[in-house]
Amino acid sequence: MTALAVRDLDKSFGGLCVTAGVSLSVEPGERRLIIGPNGAGKTTLFNLITGELRPDRGAIMLFGRDITRVPSHRRFHLGIARTYQIITLFQGETLLRNVMLSLLGLSRLRWNPFVRLARQGALIARARETLARVALDHLAERPLAQTSYGERRRVEIAMALAQNPRILLLDEPFAGLAIDERRDVLRLVTGIPRDVTIVMIEHDMDVALDFAERITVLHFGEVVVEGTRGEVVAHPRTKEIYLGA
Amino acid sequence: MKRLVVAAALAILATVPVWVGGTYYVNIASQILIAAIFALGINVLVGYAGLVTLGHAGLFGIAAYAGARLMNNGHGHVAVAAGALAVTLLGAAVFAALALRGTGLGFVMITVALGQIVWGVAYRWISLTNGDNGISVSGRPSPLGLSLASAASFYWATFVIFLLAVASMAIFVASPFGASVLGTRDQPRRMNALGYHVWMIRFLAFLFSGFWSGVAGLLYLYYNQFVGPQVVALTASAEALLMVISGGAATLLGPIAGAALVVIMKNVASAYIERWNFVLGAIFVAIVVFMPEGLVPGTARRWRGAMAALRQRAAPPVAAR
Repeated sequence: MTALAVRDLDKSFGGLCVTAGVSLSVEPGERRLIIGPNGAGKTTLFNLITGELRPDRGAIMLFGRDITRVPSHRRFHLGIARTYQIITLFQGETLLRNVMLSLLGLSRLRWNPFVRLARQGALIARARETLARVALDHLAERPLAQTSYGERRRVEIAMALAQNPRILLLDEPFAGLAIDERRDVLRLVTGIPRDVTIVMIEHDMDVALDFAERITVLHFGEVVVEGTRGEVVAHPRTKEIYLGA
Repeated sequence: MKRLVVAAALAILATVPVWVGGTYYVNIASQILIAAIFALGINVLVGYAGLVTLGHAGLFGIAAYAGARLMNNGHGHVAVAAGALAVTLLGAAVFAALALRGTGLGFVMITVALGQIVWGVAYRWISLTNGDNGISVSGRPSPLGLSLASAASFYWATFVIFLLAVASMAIFVASPFGASVLGTRDQPRRMNALGYHVWMIRFLAFLFSGFWSGVAGLLYLYYNQFVGPQVVALTASAEALLMVISGGAATLLGPIAGAALVVIMKNVASAYIERWNFVLGAIFVAIVVFMPEGLVPGTARRWRGAMAALRQRAAPPVAAR
């Protein structure tokens, strides 16, 4: 069964067509890279998959289930998790509380107005374990605002992993990172077990190419090239788009 | 230390009718508590959910008018309270369903419009609200057979309800649901991506906020034995919002301090200064300039700063010796 299938997806903003008949299928456990120049519609595609935007036409299937009409927040209960190009976290809170909010999101406890969150031992312990997965447990009590950009990116990935996803959407996880931070994040992403399917948008071809098995090239909202790493790199259209040749 | 302060504050507040001297001041204390309950209710939305409302006097007024109508139709006090709060919750649900279609300024404008609709009904729908003349009622309830006719007994009853409001806020804000509400204020998009139903969380916060606004409206009716259209005017909503912001939004004590400030200025200062509104305005400006986060958090910050400076003077740095 296909992990994620997108069929004939269209999305326009006014007269601007940002997603034009995109079809895509990602197998379970696959590492898929989506590349393309600025404005190619990569992030829009993610937003359509997660339901943060509604498509004008087309269908989205998650493990064989049609989720096109499922409300956005429900999709994250069905095994989707994502990170954002611009880190979107809770600035004023500690790392621990950030991850706790992530765990809480899929728990019925989130509706409970009577108990104390600070007394939820099991939840706190799981949040610490999750932070340990990204080697940040020693900073658990530190406010997020006092951490480095690379650490925040790892917190964001930890929060996505805390959602126990079947499919993980990473939107430019290496953007804005220093070289050593990039290495840390790459090691982290490479270490994610194969029962999680990963789709990644990335500009940084050097880092991303090693990671990807299959690559999709988007250009002006359309899939231009798709194939294995070797096929895509050798394809003349890829060179044309990336080198302007 | 903290417990001692809380116990002392509770003791002082509980004994107001004993030491304050005079029915007039006891009544002002009751007014402060009623305004504080209202401000605490608004603070749920403005402070914790990050949704600024300028229509909550409408909900306050719905409770007061519904209570007045029910009372004059001869219903008992339990039915009056339950009925008025039920109507208020229904009103809050309608308010929320409409206002939550917008965010930011859109949300504010819809709450203004809804508040003005209630005002229009209060002012013009004479068969329902008696228009400009308002509705008079007679008699306060006597819970457990205790009469609330005297100023002191009414104060104590209000004080108990006030404590319940404060406790409900403290429990709510420390709870997982409280964390959900705070999260939707800070990062609604991320909260959605974490599987939270942002709209529903805000809707429930609105109901919680509306509930305590309704309780305050009902207490207001019992206190004044009267309700008129000025209660639901836009200025009443703005005044309550100013209580929250001047005291410190998203804090437990801020709305209470803000309510005390406004009610005292209105009642006490107006006896000495004819242009008391001018003084109140000047105070708000001073708060915005010197403590933009509000009186309570601002005072706490300045207190910490002063203490740190004192400690430094008492024990100069090693290098200086």
